[in-house]
Amino acid sequence: MIQYTIRRVLLAIPVLFGILIVTFTIARLIPGDPCTSALGERATAEACAAFNERMGLDEPILVQLGIYMRNILLRGDFGDSIRFSRPVSIMIIERLPVTLELGFSAMFLAIAVGIPAGIISSTRRNSAADVTTMVGANIGVSMPVYWLGLMLAYVFAILLKDTPFVLPNSGRLTAGVIAQPFYEVWGWELMKDTVQFTIAEFFANFVIFNSIITGDWEVLKDAIRHLILPAVALSTIPLSIIARITRSSMLEVLGQDYVRTARAKGLFERAVVIKHAFRNALLPVATVVGLQVGTLFAGAVLTESIFGFAGVGRSLFDAITGRDFPVIQAFTVVIALGYVVVNLIVDISYAFIDPRIQLD
Amino acid sequence: MATTAETFDTPVSQDYGSNSLLRLTLRRLFKQRNALIGMVILLFLVLVATFAPIIAPHSPTVDFIGVEGAEKRGDPCIYLLGCSRDKPQHIMGLDGNFRDQFSRLIFGTRVSLFIGFTTIGAAVIVGTLIGSVSGYIGGWFDNIVMRFMDVILAFPSFLLAIAIITVLGRGLQNALYAIAIVNIPVFARLVRASVLSIKEQEYVSASRALGANSFRLLFIRILPNALPPLIVQSTLSIAGAILEAAALSFLGLGAQPPTPEWGTMLGSERNQVFTAPHLVFYPGLAIMFTVLAFNLLGDGLRDALDPRLVQKGSG
Repeated sequence: MIQYTIRRVLLAIPVLFGILIVTFTIARLIPGDPCTSALGERATAEACAAFNERMGLDEPILVQLGIYMRNILLRGDFGDSIRFSRPVSIMIIERLPVTLELGFSAMFLAIAVGIPAGIISSTRRNSAADVTTMVGANIGVSMPVYWLGLMLAYVFAILLKDTPFVLPNSGRLTAGVIAQPFYEVWGWELMKDTVQFTIAEFFANFVIFNSIITGDWEVLKDAIRHLILPAVALSTIPLSIIARITRSSMLEVLGQDYVRTARAKGLFERAVVIKHAFRNALLPVATVVGLQVGTLFAGAVLTESIFGFAGVGRSLFDAITGRDFPVIQAFTVVIALGYVVVNLIVDISYAFIDPRIQLD
Repeated sequence: MATTAETFDTPVSQDYGSNSLLRLTLRRLFKQRNALIGMVILLFLVLVATFAPIIAPHSPTVDFIGVEGAEKRGDPCIYLLGCSRDKPQHIMGLDGNFRDQFSRLIFGTRVSLFIGFTTIGAAVIVGTLIGSVSGYIGGWFDNIVMRFMDVILAFPSFLLAIAIITVLGRGLQNALYAIAIVNIPVFARLVRASVLSIKEQEYVSASRALGANSFRLLFIRILPNALPPLIVQSTLSIAGAILEAAALSFLGLGAQPPTPEWGTMLGSERNQVFTAPHLVFYPGLAIMFTVLAFNLLGDGLRDALDPRLVQKGSG
């Protein structure tokens, strides 16, 4: 199993380099001069030459690629944002937690609802519950995320305005509510621009996590209320797909001989379904969960821009509109790497779910 | 083709009284409720797209500025539902540019179906070529091509499409290129997998022994038998392509106004969702129905073409 894990990790390395090469190439193919988009249309030739030298844009293209890879892999340095003149890595630390928090909540919702729905559907085939789940799942995968988001915002912010069900439709916290970082609450003396501060800042940017560990229930409640609508909108596609794959995988397993044996020896139906059937139906479900992470990242671009979340997806979109090459490159790399890592973890988990699996 | 299907299906032919894979598939397809619903919606959409100029009461791009009673983002007005007969009748209201929302929605059917078929059509052709040649030749060529496909698949497809549009520039045409490109690896891998398993079959060896050249082997003997999974995947991919194109247009990267594209319509009125929800509601509903039709049909095709179900017969 260790050997399988190591070989699987090694196989992911060429993909990692491929991602860096593709993003580098795409960013260099973008039409328009980075100098004039950063310094304005009237930038002088000297100013541009200085700018290009500072950004390393005057080197041969292969040298640029080499420098680019070295900076990212060895130093975690993604360059400076052209529009904001600040390190992109700092922007990642600020914004990645927003997207991760949203993505985790959506995925949690999708798994927590999708798997039980799929199991119930498969055990009561053709019942009203089964038909409802499958019709719902078919509609769920066909629905545009942003449309659902806008409709939810309309229903919960306007139609239910004066009821207890009203939910906020924009931002992470109500204006005026401030989440105090845990390191301040605990009185840590951190110097700005140190590694410790950066790490602490990263974790403090998970508002929900931060408010739990500092015991700030007002902020927690507010943050969760803000998260409900975007998380529900973002979760529909993964939820529907997980419910469907759980159902079909369960149906296949429930027809196997060992399930009949388990029933024949008089086990409770619950034990048969959960212990004997579901464990064996888990593999396709795990695969789909991994693949849906891609859907979540893509959906984040749309959901974040609707609900006013300053996350990775929103920033990526803003960077594209503003031709901010380093930011585009960095955020694309971060998202693609996240996707690869999640699927790597899923692949490795296969070996734990089903010990027969070996890499051939 | 017909003869191979006949030999493969002998045990089943008693149940179905049929000897063609196509006829067998169609018969099973029509037995499925979901697939039927999908086909009915799709037929409806094709009719709407074809007869759009007849169905739509107005032009999708002409505005009603200055017409008496026309209001910017006017509410739907239907005489039968209690709206005054004196006001201009717009069953889905007017949009931010005084255009008839219903007419735009009708013409939008054309755009969406066009997007779905052209992008996936292109992706299927290019993907099949890459996948079949790569799988047939094998060796280092196959290895390099497939690793490249892996890298492309390592990006969530919607994000890669956004990145490609950044390079090519905004607009419907570039959005079509982007969606076609991100869909190529899916088909390349699918066809390659089929080719790899089919090229080891005995009838291929037999054909080779009879002196068939590589071109004939690949395109006449092997590829037709790789079709079933390809058909299923294309149908499902059309659904995805329509959804992605609409999302790109929603972000302002795809079709530009005044093109009556559903995503564009939704995107340009998104900030008005609280004051004029009908302008957001209907285009989204149209996208959902279209995507749903292709999804249902794709699922139905998958079940109808699944060889495991053939062996189980009608049980």
